[in-house]
Amino acid sequence: MAGKPKLHYTKGRGKMESIRWLLAAAGVEFEEEFIETKEDLEKLRNDGSLLFQQVPMVEIDGMKMVQTRAILSYIAAKYNLYGKDLKERAWIDMYVEGTTDLMGMIMYLPFQPADTKEKNLALIIERVTTRYFPVYEKALKDHGHDYLVGNKLSWADIHLLEAILMAEECKPDILSAFPLLQAFKGRTSNIPTIKKFLQPGSQRKPPADEKFVAVVRKIFNI
Amino acid sequence: MSGKPRLTYCNGRGRMEPVRWLLAAAGVEFEEVFLETREQYEKLIKDGVLMFQQVPLVEIDGMKMVQTRAILSYIAGKYNLYGKDLKERALIDMYVEGITDLMQMILVFPFSPPEAKEKNLDSIKDRAINRYFPVFEKVLKHSQDFLVGNKFSWADVQLIEAILAVEEKIPAVLSGFPQLQAFKIRMSNMPTIKKFLQPGSPRKPPPDECYIETVLKIFKK
Repeated sequence: MAGKPKLHYTKGRGKMESIRWLLAAAGVEFEEEFIETKEDLEKLRNDGSLLFQQVPMVEIDGMKMVQTRAILSYIAAKYNLYGKDLKERAWIDMYVEGTTDLMGMIMYLPFQPADTKEKNLALIIERVTTRYFPVYEKALKDHGHDYLVGNKLSWADIHLLEAILMAEECKPDILSAFPLLQAFKGRTSNIPTIKKFLQPGSQRKPPADEKFVAVVRKIFNI
Repeated sequence: MSGKPRLTYCNGRGRMEPVRWLLAAAGVEFEEVFLETREQYEKLIKDGVLMFQQVPLVEIDGMKMVQTRAILSYIAGKYNLYGKDLKERALIDMYVEGITDLMQMILVFPFSPPEAKEKNLDSIKDRAINRYFPVFEKVLKHSQDFLVGNKFSWADVQLIEAILAVEEKIPAVLSGFPQLQAFKIRMSNMPTIKKFLQPGSPRKPPPDECYIETVLKIFKK
């Protein structure tokens, strides 16, 4: 019998957070092993556990999976969150790539030099409100369903909720021009597994603070 | 009948080249529309055909697909180049993602400032030789002719593309990798790939100054 998936990463959001979200939304319990020092990372590398010497790494179903997208795709498919056919999968992939680009911008913000932070934050807000959110608002408007693809909860919806909440952390009223996304946020947050993940004490990680940035810089030499 | 897939991008490799490779390897003929001016690009945006206002754009099976990975996954799935089950797909995804990280370094290289070019080239060489190629050398040692499931897949196409791209920059890069050398020859001789490697195919040349200028002209804000 396969045990719970085991996640290897630092104790923060980074690239692992979307994986925590997806597992949690699918109702899958998971364990976490935190990399706290350079030595922890070196040990994983020397044990041959990291295919490309990088984390995230997720032990799942007898595999040591690396590469965030590969891990997410596997989980989505395994737990029926990847649409019913190739075309639905294509739409989910397109939407997810968009939210990945969006969240990628936000993820790197704490690691940028202080004097560029304000400019970068402004660019993020512009991209979110003029490039990304309009796409999802329109998708929901065009079909009038509760979910982005195939009238059924999928990886795309979970990823979008994660992105919305991250964007709101940057600018609390960022959804003000997007009524359907507001409703989507409300609905999706109330899905039992997701509601549970959003409560204190869950495995959801807080936004990166200075302390976390320092730890990451030290471990990964960046 | 939906007709051939139609690719919209600049007349160069960039992010579209893996799509050209995969379609070609699958034996699928396609058409191309080349972006040459900013006005063309702005018209595409105005017409609402670019979901996130970006290219690549591939019109296929009634969809206007964007986002390179989504496009490649769809093509791989459609043409049976994505393994036989979820676990094979996971392996293919992992390998492709790793190779994509290496290719990303090559993609941005022409756009780096002259003073950073030597350092960046060293990084590409270091990563290819120490991080990525050893993985695939090891996989091929234990498998047969292909990376996953003893069957031709998206991962093999991505790897041959990467090998050739790195060799253009570092000609002797495969010298410590006998399995990859044999793989390169085998893949290059597969009929669809062999055809793609011949002059006159849709394969694009390495980026030159003219291409870089065009890209900056079209996309610079």
